[in-house]
Amino acid sequence: MNTMRYLLVKEFKQILRNKALLPLLFVAPIVQLLVMPLAADYEVKNIKVGVVDLDRSDYSKKLVTKIEFSNYFKLVDYSNSFDASFRYLEKDAADLVLEIPKNFERNLVREKIEKVFIAVNAINGTKAIMGSNYLSLLLADFNKEISTKWKAYEMAEKSPVIEVASLNWFNTWLDYSFYMVPGILVTLVTMVGVYMCSLNIVKEKEIGTIEQINVTPIKKHHFILAKLLPFAVIGLVIFSVGLFGVAGLVYGIYSIGSLWLVYGFLLLFLAAILGIGLLISTYSQTQQQAMSVAFFFMMIFMLMSGLFTSVDSMPAWARFIANCNPVTHFIEVMRMVVLKGSGFSQIKYHFLIMLGFGLLFNGWAIANYKKTS
Amino acid sequence: MQDIVIKTDKLTKKFGDFIATNQISMEVYKGEIFGFLGANGAGKTTAMKMLCGLSIPSSGSATVAGFDVYTQREAIKKSIGYMSQKFSLYEDLTVIENIEFFGGIYGLNRKALKEKSAKLIEQLGLQPEAAKLVGALPLGWKQKLAFSVAILHEPKIVFLDEPTGGVDPVTRRQFWDLIYDAADRGITVFVTTHYMDEAEYCNRISMMVDGFIKALDSPANLKKQFNVPSMDEVFFELARGAQRKAD
Amino acid sequence: MKQFSTFVRKEFYHVFRDTKTLLMLFGLPVVLIVLFGFALTNEIKNTRIVICDYAKDPISTQLTELLSKGDHFKIDKILTHAGEIEAGFKEGKIKLAILFPPGFSQELIHQGKAEIQVIADASDPNTANTVTSYVHSVVLNYQQTRALAKPESFQIIPELRMIYNPELKGATNFVPGVTALVLLLVCVLMTSVSIVREKELGTMEILLVSPINPLLVIIAKAVPYFLLSLVNLAVILLLSVSLLDMPFNGSVFLLFGVSSMLILAALSLGLLISNSTASQQTAMIISLMGMLIPTLLFTGFMFPLENMPIALQVIANLVPSKWYYIIVKAIMIKGLGFSAIWKETLILAAMTVALLFISFKKFKIRLS
Repeated sequence: MNTMRYLLVKEFKQILRNKALLPLLFVAPIVQLLVMPLAADYEVKNIKVGVVDLDRSDYSKKLVTKIEFSNYFKLVDYSNSFDASFRYLEKDAADLVLEIPKNFERNLVREKIEKVFIAVNAINGTKAIMGSNYLSLLLADFNKEISTKWKAYEMAEKSPVIEVASLNWFNTWLDYSFYMVPGILVTLVTMVGVYMCSLNIVKEKEIGTIEQINVTPIKKHHFILAKLLPFAVIGLVIFSVGLFGVAGLVYGIYSIGSLWLVYGFLLLFLAAILGIGLLISTYSQTQQQAMSVAFFFMMIFMLMSGLFTSVDSMPAWARFIANCNPVTHFIEVMRMVVLKGSGFSQIKYHFLIMLGFGLLFNGWAIANYKKTS
Repeated sequence: MQDIVIKTDKLTKKFGDFIATNQISMEVYKGEIFGFLGANGAGKTTAMKMLCGLSIPSSGSATVAGFDVYTQREAIKKSIGYMSQKFSLYEDLTVIENIEFFGGIYGLNRKALKEKSAKLIEQLGLQPEAAKLVGALPLGWKQKLAFSVAILHEPKIVFLDEPTGGVDPVTRRQFWDLIYDAADRGITVFVTTHYMDEAEYCNRISMMVDGFIKALDSPANLKKQFNVPSMDEVFFELARGAQRKAD
Repeated sequence: MKQFSTFVRKEFYHVFRDTKTLLMLFGLPVVLIVLFGFALTNEIKNTRIVICDYAKDPISTQLTELLSKGDHFKIDKILTHAGEIEAGFKEGKIKLAILFPPGFSQELIHQGKAEIQVIADASDPNTANTVTSYVHSVVLNYQQTRALAKPESFQIIPELRMIYNPELKGATNFVPGVTALVLLLVCVLMTSVSIVREKELGTMEILLVSPINPLLVIIAKAVPYFLLSLVNLAVILLLSVSLLDMPFNGSVFLLFGVSSMLILAALSLGLLISNSTASQQTAMIISLMGMLIPTLLFTGFMFPLENMPIALQVIANLVPSKWYYIIVKAIMIKGLGFSAIWKETLILAAMTVALLFISFKKFKIRLS
């Protein structure tokens, strides 16, 4: 135990003394947590529309006005030629181009039916579908308005309607930051843990001090534990500042569920990801290698965690990979406990898996550490 | 009869079909300065690693400070000190923090540690630098400090792996004074070096060539045996037949 | 010149001897293309929902059947009791619950109006929004096809044409983004670390005292990463055309030319980082912690930039990959020529010059 104390004192001194690194370790995650949720907003608004009005009639102008005053659309161009408006589409200055054909109003009144042409910039498929759906809805709405007026001349008749009343639980205003903040916080803690832990151990290998440690009576597990603990503490601090400072004070997200549960899971998670850092360090000789490997896995961890895209929408093989990713489980647990107030019995399956990860990574790392030294 | 602190018998280490250390047998006595010489790649470092408990031998037997290198490696580690050619103190800790750290992990209690570190700093004349980061010290001082730290816990044996690489002759002299001091106190010094003048300072030396010990005696006897005036030439005579390329 | 090539050769040795790093350099783009091409999607599919049907009448059954068609929803179970919904949300098993009130059909036929209650787990607002509107459209569709509603007097039929990506593949958007991401991050990371590494190991001094100009030493370090990045680009393009069936409408030559511009900007950024730091750890943390998420978000391929607050849109302008993303889309997918992207290319060039200027200033200060 005495040895442990000396080892820990050394580790903390070395970390706290690194004036270039320390502020980065704390400031970079917190600033990102402050800013990034603002950038991660899927909601499609400000759809840029160019209108080619070849009719210039009463109806066509009404339609254009309707688009102009809609919350979803921004009219960027109103022209007489499709080619001119298409230029906007080409430059990404417009997302949609709506062409109202010549004799739009006349045909509508005479034939009761008329086509309009919509060209959609579909490079971003999701945005394209959303944008064209909104525009179709707007057209349907416009159609209804003019029909009703027309119908007033005929006989109004009521038809049965199914109304859909929707409720949004846990996040009534559909605030996207509720979803993003816990996820980004988890990702940042993961990065600090994996990078720092792997780099720190490899650094001792690279500068040769590990050789000195190996000839002392220090037990391997003491040495490893002393390496892991400081980063567990740093992870805890960053997590807490992020949770109470940024999520709470700035974004108004306070955990509905038990904080004990959140912190209990955090400890297991830290054990697992520090195990990954340790594992990477046992396979690397230089910091450059450790970093490359850590970066490679970090990328996969982040993308496959359900942070930005839904895990449920993935194909089965990808869902399997996502489930083999500790980050997925912690993000899921954070969203469940913090946002929905889930209890232990509802997340026990995640606890079990995380415990498994912790044992697997640390066991593997220690086995490998022994072999190589 | 002198006390034997290191004894090896046909100690061998193989990596696949490459025999790094081939059946070396030797005895090292208490309080002696034992020079372990050989060209690069001759197997010195491998042999030393086995004796320090860093690597398990393939065959043969050896005891260090009375402990077996197969089964009692942890006990060996408590009885030895080690200083490597790669600099082995933490550059981002201060002089005093390094002393306290390495003393602490060998289980010295706080009071003893305080006294010892104060005494050590005074001996080395490092008082003004005690609170400075080791990274800021000149190389020679770092090395003297590293040696002193390696024997802080009064080990039975201290292993020095090319300790004086890159330092000036004056500092090397001072370094050897420290080694003599330690030997006088009964600490056995097991040292590898490339400097043949340093070999002359040793009580006895062994020469490794291609994994074998080719010669083992006092410098004076070796010179006599090969009938040459200097250790340089002894080394040359022995290393001439080497098959392995230095790397 | 001979000395210079000696240095470049040394740098290549470093890169090729280190298989783990090499694996990352070439493995990462491949993995990203596969993930973005096949695993990651912004679409919402396979959403698990529950239906709580108190009515159990023909219309509610028909609607349930309609909802279960297609791959949007997976009906987890049919509940008889609304109290189970909250537990379902909290276990994370379901995302949406649909309730049909008792006597649903009766009400609809006699009162001419009936209501369905939809409850979404809005802790994931995007999914909540999407699935709720999908339910809306299914119900609307049902009303129209079952002639529950009389047709409107007029019919305006929108005729849609999806330009550039008729099949609405996610890859069309992701590939340019991933290309930008990989080229930028890998270059910044590798140059900054490889220079700082030499500083840390003390070999930099040896290089600097050699008769070669210190500037050439630095340039020599950048050459392998420059060439490797071009190879990386080729790999990404080949994979996306062969594996993901992506179109390549523009000039390959032009794309490689402009890509060199981005790579140069990234190398300069790496150089600047290496000049500002003394340890590999710091350089890595800056390049990784500091750059990974911002690059991912500000390139603009994951979230629409125009949704961001103005301040962030301004910051996004400082991210080289944002401009490169626009360029790749223009050349590769839209098939446009240089006249359409000269502005973005000029911005990248200006960034490179600015970054090089700052790092050489710093370099000089350090030498004197």
